[in-house]
Amino acid sequence: MEVFIQTLVAGILIGGVYALIGLGMTLIMGVMRIINLAHGQLMMVAMYITFLLYEYLGLDPYYALLIAPPALFVLGVAIQKYLLNPLLEVDSIIPQNQILMTVGIGMVLTETMRFIFHSDYKSVKTSYSSATFMIGSICWNVPMVVAFGLAVLLTACLFLFLLKTDTGKSVRATAQNKDAALIMGINAEWITQLTYGLGAAMAAAGGTLLLPIYYLFPDVGAPFTLKAFIITVLGGMGSTVGAILGGLVLGVAESLGATYISMALKDAVGMVIFVLVLLFLPGGLKTLTKV
Amino acid sequence: MLRVEHVDAGYGDVQVLWDVSFNVAEKEFVVLVGANGAGKSTIMRTISSLVPLGGGQIWFEDRRLDLVKPYKIVEHGIAHVPEARQLFPDMSVLENLELGSLTPQAKARRKETLEWVFELFPRLKERRKQMAGTMSGGEQQMCAIARGLMSRPKLIMFDEPSLGLSPLLTQDIFRLALQIHGQGITILMVEQNVKQTLAICDRAYVLENGRVILEGKGVELLENQQVKQAFLGI
Ligand SMILES: Nc1ncnc2c1ncn2[C@@H]1O[C@H](COP(=O)(O)OP(=O)(O)OP(=O)(O)O)[C@@H](O)[C@H]1O
Ligand SMILES: [Mg+2]
Repeated sequence: MEVFIQTLVAGILIGGVYALIGLGMTLIMGVMRIINLAHGQLMMVAMYITFLLYEYLGLDPYYALLIAPPALFVLGVAIQKYLLNPLLEVDSIIPQNQILMTVGIGMVLTETMRFIFHSDYKSVKTSYSSATFMIGSICWNVPMVVAFGLAVLLTACLFLFLLKTDTGKSVRATAQNKDAALIMGINAEWITQLTYGLGAAMAAAGGTLLLPIYYLFPDVGAPFTLKAFIITVLGGMGSTVGAILGGLVLGVAESLGATYISMALKDAVGMVIFVLVLLFLPGGLKTLTKV
Repeated sequence: MLRVEHVDAGYGDVQVLWDVSFNVAEKEFVVLVGANGAGKSTIMRTISSLVPLGGGQIWFEDRRLDLVKPYKIVEHGIAHVPEARQLFPDMSVLENLELGSLTPQAKARRKETLEWVFELFPRLKERRKQMAGTMSGGEQQMCAIARGLMSRPKLIMFDEPSLGLSPLLTQDIFRLALQIHGQGITILMVEQNVKQTLAICDRAYVLENGRVILEGKGVELLENQQVKQAFLGI
């Protein structure tokens, strides 16, 4: 029983960070109807930024939250503006070309980082990287608890933005009906750039939060692209609330898989959940949450 | 106020509008009638810059509208209530209305405009928290009109506001249009209820296959032989 609860706790903590990363892809999916297959790679770039800040300036990874996500926001806006939106003009209505473009962007990012940093494993070993505390008989890993807390905070900020501000409402409006949004005076093209920027920033925040506990190498992005994709599908392709649930489900499933089946099969468990949801809950978790 | 001059437009290679010209004076109530597929909605979409022009010009108060980006049209004082409502279905009525008042001027007067709109549509006030997509057809149409009014337009364009509504509700919508017109707002309306709209409008244009074929006072067109045959089944 103790092992079970411990496993559950670990799963929920990592799931909170997964949810943050998945939300970024979900937002992009909701507004642009494209799957951002460069998502994990954007996260990887943010991790390198955080790594550099730590290595050369001695900046704590948590302070890097003020730098890496904004940097990725700018990069995301530029990607949408100069690489993705122009495709719409060349070949209207086919979003597939944009998806292919994101694959290309992901590869370029990975290879650029490999060129600069080589394939070596890097890590940020802070004083608290392996710190733990106990509540009862459950062991809590400090950086994971902090990562979870900050992920929840950032997610809450995103929801406040989407629900309470005119710009956030414009993002949702553009996702629901682009022509009507234009008639209302919403600059839909800017909204797509803003959305991609926000999505990239959220992936960046997730990466930065994970860095104290993860190894960093150029290929670290791909599995996270897959995770974000699973979360987006689990959530119901564009549902933000669904994505949060999706992130938690994936985190817990991986954690249970690692404890009870095998560490090596952790990722396979995520895929199994993915397939099960596609089979039995084709609308995703959105069908349960209704939003 | 609005001048559409020799406009050609279409979708891709398919030309839909052929040398369309008409105008709407300030405080006028002008109607466009025509069979399905005549190009009525396309005209409204060209005015809103959603469909680019192949030729011709559109002027609004001495400004070239066809050079304006779609999202800037509303700033010029034009509201478009599109065909089939086009609400934001997963947002509340209130949110839909708020999105109708995003221009700086409209935003500054949002509270006041909301009160005015709720006075015109008391039903919407009751339903302001409801998701727009879950409302009845009539309520959705009211919400679409109210959303258009939220921008405080000088000209409001209605594209088939009676679509899918019962005769009784259609009457209500027309009465509201007259009420809005009475408050000094210019109206351009597309309608299938030819008889009723011709009776209440100032002027009308008849469209056929993307061309303007007739123009005149509403009541005069009601007597026109061609109109009678084509639309009134007499
Ligand atoms: N997005 C589009 N792509 C291609 N063709 C279109 C598009 N929208 C409309 N058309 C075509 O343009 C023509 C005019 O359409 P439009 O919607 O303007 O007609 P309408 O007069 O509003 O008809 P209705 O009374 O049925 O609403 C039609 O032949 C239609 O098939
Ligand atoms: Mg039409």
